[in-house]
Amino acid sequence: MADSSSSGTVSMPESSASSDGTLEANWRRTVDRSTKWPVIAFIASGTFWLLVGSVLAIIASLKFNMPDWLVQQGWLTFGRVRPAHLNTVIYGWISMTGVGVATWLWARLLKTRLRGQGLLLTSVGLWNVGMVIGTIGILAGYSRAIEWVEMPLLAFAFIVPAMAMVTAAFLLTLRERRVHHLFISVWYTGAAMLWGPFLVIAILLPIYSGVPESTANWWYAHNILGLWITPIALAAAYYLIPKVIGRPVYSYHLSYLGFWTLALFYNWAGAHHLVGGPVPQWTTTVSIVFSMMMIIPVVVVAVNHHLTVVGHFKKVIYSPTLRFVVFGAMSYTAVSLQGSFQSLRAWQEITHFTQYTIAHSHLGVYAFATMILFGATYYIMPRVMEWEWESPRLVSIHFWTTGLGIGIYITALFIGGVIQGLQLLDPDVAFLQIVEDLKPWFWVRSVGGTLMTIGHFVFAYLLYRIIMRQGAPQTGPTYFRPAPEDMFRSRNTESAPALDEQPGL
Amino acid sequence: MTRAFLIFMGAFAAILMSFTALALVPSLQLAAIEPTPGTTNYTFEERLGKQVYMREGCIYCHTQQVRPNGFGSDMDRGWGPRGSLPGDYVYDDTHQLGTMRTGPDLHDIASRQPSRDWQLAHLYQPRSVSPGSVMPAYPYLFEVKNEAEVRASEVTVPISGDYAPPEGQVVVATDEALALYEYLMTLEMQEVDDS
Ligand code: HEC
Ligand code: HEM
Repeated sequence: MADSSSSGTVSMPESSASSDGTLEANWRRTVDRSTKWPVIAFIASGTFWLLVGSVLAIIASLKFNMPDWLVQQGWLTFGRVRPAHLNTVIYGWISMTGVGVATWLWARLLKTRLRGQGLLLTSVGLWNVGMVIGTIGILAGYSRAIEWVEMPLLAFAFIVPAMAMVTAAFLLTLRERRVHHLFISVWYTGAAMLWGPFLVIAILLPIYSGVPESTANWWYAHNILGLWITPIALAAAYYLIPKVIGRPVYSYHLSYLGFWTLALFYNWAGAHHLVGGPVPQWTTTVSIVFSMMMIIPVVVVAVNHHLTVVGHFKKVIYSPTLRFVVFGAMSYTAVSLQGSFQSLRAWQEITHFTQYTIAHSHLGVYAFATMILFGATYYIMPRVMEWEWESPRLVSIHFWTTGLGIGIYITALFIGGVIQGLQLLDPDVAFLQIVEDLKPWFWVRSVGGTLMTIGHFVFAYLLYRIIMRQGAPQTGPTYFRPAPEDMFRSRNTESAPALDEQPGL
Repeated sequence: MTRAFLIFMGAFAAILMSFTALALVPSLQLAAIEPTPGTTNYTFEERLGKQVYMREGCIYCHTQQVRPNGFGSDMDRGWGPRGSLPGDYVYDDTHQLGTMRTGPDLHDIASRQPSRDWQLAHLYQPRSVSPGSVMPAYPYLFEVKNEAEVRASEVTVPISGDYAPPEGQVVVATDEALALYEYLMTLEMQEVDDS
């Protein structure tokens, strides 16, 4: 592809910004096009696993309401459906879609054509095979029963090489970068591409057993959230919020501080899942200290995003991307601050073994990460497909079903979980009474989950339509309602100084 | 090269440190953990039972870790005579500590509920012995047979009330159900002096 991106201007972003808008738009399009097939393949696969995971989730949830439903065979017993849910949504939906989003960001921010497309496409194939084996394996009774690593080893035999190929493709592209300065999203994405595969390989080592295995287990599970899912989602938020709003990130220095504190603190925090358990005291103490220190990166990111958005908040009325991403970014602040405080012993004593924890995890993986991935997909797909989303109304339905659904879900389980925790602390409350009192909240959860799942099917339909380039051609970007003139720069004239070519990057 | 290299190597070094401290070193010191009194290696059947426990995902509703006095009410609830200790798990090559208590902690279930009839009936249909429970039934770990066909070596499970099998039939435990019971009976804690 002899393309305009090889012209000299792009390596000096500052100068290209205002001088030659068309050139700018051209190389952008070339870079976007180079990512097309890997991005489509990863996002579409991820969305497929989202649907599988949602159906499994609904089954798992309804089983609390109807414990004698689907019990004649082992396949759909709660204790298999639940890990199948977790693994499909974490390793399928979030990881694969996350890689798709990261791939696009990576090429865009390094201002170079994506390299290693073959590696990435092979990776999608292997990854999907691994997911099929893993999901069926768990349902068929081959779960390893290690939380967050339930899929049989055979599944990881496909997924680990798949992850390594992604890292390789990213390194190949990095070598060809045409920028001097690495925007913060590059830091986050690049680091995630090292952390993710390392984590998975580390936890698969056959060296753990007994109590040490449990610390390793939670070191791993928490880091998959914090050092694989979180950095990818934050990278997308850091890019998309300023991009859609049309003003640079409030402070680059803050963003570096946020990165390093995340890198240094997060990975020590995982053992807070074992507070009060039979593990050496120092491990949980360390984890509590670092969980509290996590307040720093979280507040830094929150302040940075907030001050970027401030004064432009009403744009969420129009832009689907912005609405999903801002929802996600606000949830990040909420879930992380909550996480820090709930690592404290006094808080853990109540909430640790209860449904409250499930609410917390969905606030993280759903309200934060999943919502940002939705928003990013709304931004990216039109650019790689050169086709618009079919229906703003459906996008709006997607937003409200998922937004309300997750709101209902977590509210129900926060309340139900705290009640459960307080009752557990009181030995005079019979256990079966606690179970009884949880039942209404389980029903509410099923309602919220059903709403979310409806949203997922709407999203999948929209994705299918845009990939097939179906629906009436649209002229401009999709907004929920017609946006006022020059509120957003249109994609075709994306030439004004944008975030990733700000001077001083 | 340089700038990117520094950033990414720094990030990688950060995770290596916590990996070493939280995963690697504790595992290398494994041999230093002594089994607590009463903790013995699994028999073949108990191991099979543990596999059923893992396969069916009991861990998603049951912990196997008793919190010590002063942290939660586990001991007041009669879930164990002491807090759990690392020595309780030395033979668990896959730990089942768990994080969720939709059901009670099971680390000392053998002391609390040793009855085989109760345990098997509960697995066959939890609501036959614990009305209102949300624990799944595991009918596929049992067979419902004509009374006449039951062999002497087989273990029948007494079920009465709503969940009783039709007239003339009985519930018979499979080997897996019996192994699971044997595994549950390994979950027993004994007091230790210095805890
Ligand atoms: C959906 C959650 C759930 C799953 C999965 C589950 N249980 Fe339970 N379990 C419960 C609840 C709730 C109770 C308390 C009510 C009762 O006695 O049934 C309970 C009670 C028990 C008890 C009695 C505890 C006591 O203190 O009397 C045992 C033993 C038990 N479960 C074993 C198992 C085993 C073995 C498995 C896996 C094959 C399993 N459970 C799977 C929810 C669950
Ligand atoms: C894509 C979105 C989703 C993601 C990423 C996700 C992720 C997770 C995770 C990580 C857990 C384990 C929590 C823990 O161990 O602390 C979990 C459990 C669960 N999730 Fe989801 N989830 C999603 C959507 C849903 C939906 C739509 C429902 C519908 C009701 C749902 C229902 C459940 C249930 C029932 C559990 C098990 C709770 C328990 O064991 O008590 N999830 N999910």
